[in-house]
Amino acid sequence: MPKNFALVLAACIVLLVVCVLASLALGSKPLRFQEIMDGLFRSDVDSYSANIVRKRISRTVFSLCCGAALGVSGALMQAVTRNPIADPSILGVNMGASLFVVCGIAFWNISTANQYVWLALAGAALTAVFVFGIGSMGRGGATPIKLVLAGAATSAALGSLVTAIMIPRSYVMDQFRFWQVGSVGSASWGGIGTFVPFLAVGLLVGFLAAPALNALALGDDTATGLGVRTGALRFAAALAGVLLCGATTALAGPIGFIGLLSTHVIRLMIGPDLRFVIPMSAIAGAGILTIADVGGRLIGRPGELEVGVVTAFIGAPILIIVAMRSKVRSL
Amino acid sequence: MTNNHSTIALIMAGRRQRRGRWILVTSLLAVLACMLCCAMLMLGNTIYPVQDVIRALSGEQLKGVSFAVSTIRLPRMLAGLFAGFAFGIAGYTFQTMLRNPLANPNVIGITSGSSVAAVFCIVILQASGAVISIASVIAGLATVILIYVLSRGRSFSIGRLILVGIGIQAMIDAIISYLMLVSAEQDLPAAIRWLTGSLNGAQMDRLPPLMVTVLICTPIIILLGKQLNLLELGEQAATSLGVATDKTRIALIVASVCMIAIATATTGPIAFVSFLAGPIAKRLVGIGFSNIIPAGLVGINLVLAADLIGQFATPYRFPVGIITGLLGAPYLIFLLVRMNRKGEL
Repeated sequence: MPKNFALVLAACIVLLVVCVLASLALGSKPLRFQEIMDGLFRSDVDSYSANIVRKRISRTVFSLCCGAALGVSGALMQAVTRNPIADPSILGVNMGASLFVVCGIAFWNISTANQYVWLALAGAALTAVFVFGIGSMGRGGATPIKLVLAGAATSAALGSLVTAIMIPRSYVMDQFRFWQVGSVGSASWGGIGTFVPFLAVGLLVGFLAAPALNALALGDDTATGLGVRTGALRFAAALAGVLLCGATTALAGPIGFIGLLSTHVIRLMIGPDLRFVIPMSAIAGAGILTIADVGGRLIGRPGELEVGVVTAFIGAPILIIVAMRSKVRSL
Repeated sequence: MTNNHSTIALIMAGRRQRRGRWILVTSLLAVLACMLCCAMLMLGNTIYPVQDVIRALSGEQLKGVSFAVSTIRLPRMLAGLFAGFAFGIAGYTFQTMLRNPLANPNVIGITSGSSVAAVFCIVILQASGAVISIASVIAGLATVILIYVLSRGRSFSIGRLILVGIGIQAMIDAIISYLMLVSAEQDLPAAIRWLTGSLNGAQMDRLPPLMVTVLICTPIIILLGKQLNLLELGEQAATSLGVATDKTRIALIVASVCMIAIATATTGPIAFVSFLAGPIAKRLVGIGFSNIIPAGLVGINLVLAADLIGQFATPYRFPVGIITGLLGAPYLIFLLVRMNRKGEL
């Protein structure tokens, strides 16, 4: 166990609780303490402010789920690709999911969350394979710079397609606009219900794969020598990673940089052991996404700033820092 | 002796041949650009014959023709012409100077830097015209400096510069989203139109800044063309061949960022033109000669052709930025695949 694991775990849980409380209490409409308490504990009160608080409960639960999913997804993708900057948004996976959802809305009249999920998953998986395929061509395998460029190029290509499909169809634009912003504000209990099975499967696979992924971090040869079936492991872990981020993207829209941010913060504190990094990334991701959502609500008053915008702003510096610190050769 | 002579003769012959190719390609590109310009003026809801267009341009008042040609089609054509030229030359300059086709203003976030300043001016300051142009130039230069400082590290590497640029771009895009959120509803269309890259809103009185900048900056870059080509050989080679690398670089960066920023301020960031023009020009002309002018001409052809396609070949009148994006992105992926295969990254 890493030496200050207990301390970090305690700190993360305290922070998480603070985030949850903040998410319930703060928002574009300021509420008094009594109103919040009414909304939380007295189901017989049916005032405007009590309903706001109830809406915030589902929203908070949803953002916790999404954050955990994105944190673990980032950790898994980084472990599978053995690459410090793998993140659904950087790899263009979000944009792949977007394209499929737009096609669904435009050509097959799809409009429910259940149908979005499968389309987004397919788009995310295909894009992940495509980007990783391009990024790992040539000498040295999938280096950070190659992966980032492949992801950026693919994002740009898919982004133009999305716009081209959307511009002539105003009804698609109208429906897609709400999805594309990357927000947890539209959370409903039904949506959370759709999301939870994916989250559970993804997290389970992630936790189970962690010890073997530790071996993989030593290199394919060493891992094989230690009895790991590297191909099957890579496939399972990558699938879990795509499942987590695809499902999140389907329900919340594209939210970037959470995987990068939470994993790097956690690794900085407790070291590289994935048995601890993966679960802690879930907690950190949940906390960061929730606090980013609260921040977005406060900054954007009287409306709100979508959480995807906030996470990009606070997460992108991590990419810059990783780039600054890495040695030239490893780029 | 004779052997030596024949070598020199061979070199001279190769030089002549390459010069011949350069002249041929450049003039073909120029002719094509002229044809596209004419098409831009003639085509539209009503198709006017050449004589009518010429008469309208020379000041004669023809019913219908004068308005359509001089007020709508001419500014559109000129905006595309100058912006395409500026994007092409500036993109080529960056790619050559940094010795990597991926290191162009689009990819490393300079265009985003200019965009955020312009959106800020439109949305928050309610400014227009000159203020937007100046602000986007300053912001573009500031972005370059920021990227350079952050990517310097222990030793300079293009890979790091591109990674840092992509990170900066993500942050700037977040700021743009925030600005769009807080903007008043009446400013939003201007900002959105501006961000997609379109020639639709081109007006005659907004063009002079772009024209002046292009006319000033292009000669500067052409004068530095020899040094630019030497920079492509690498820092050490360029220094030993007598290039003041730092000064040359600064001059080239300032000139090309000015062009990019002003062109962006006029037409919006037309995706991928600055990225495509250089490699295409290089393909056409070959190596050995300065490709600055051909790159500019390719830029013009790309923008005008894409605008014509967007207007007439598609059922929905797509803005030019969408067409160049659809054409450019696959090429970017293709280029990446090729560079990865060769191990150039």
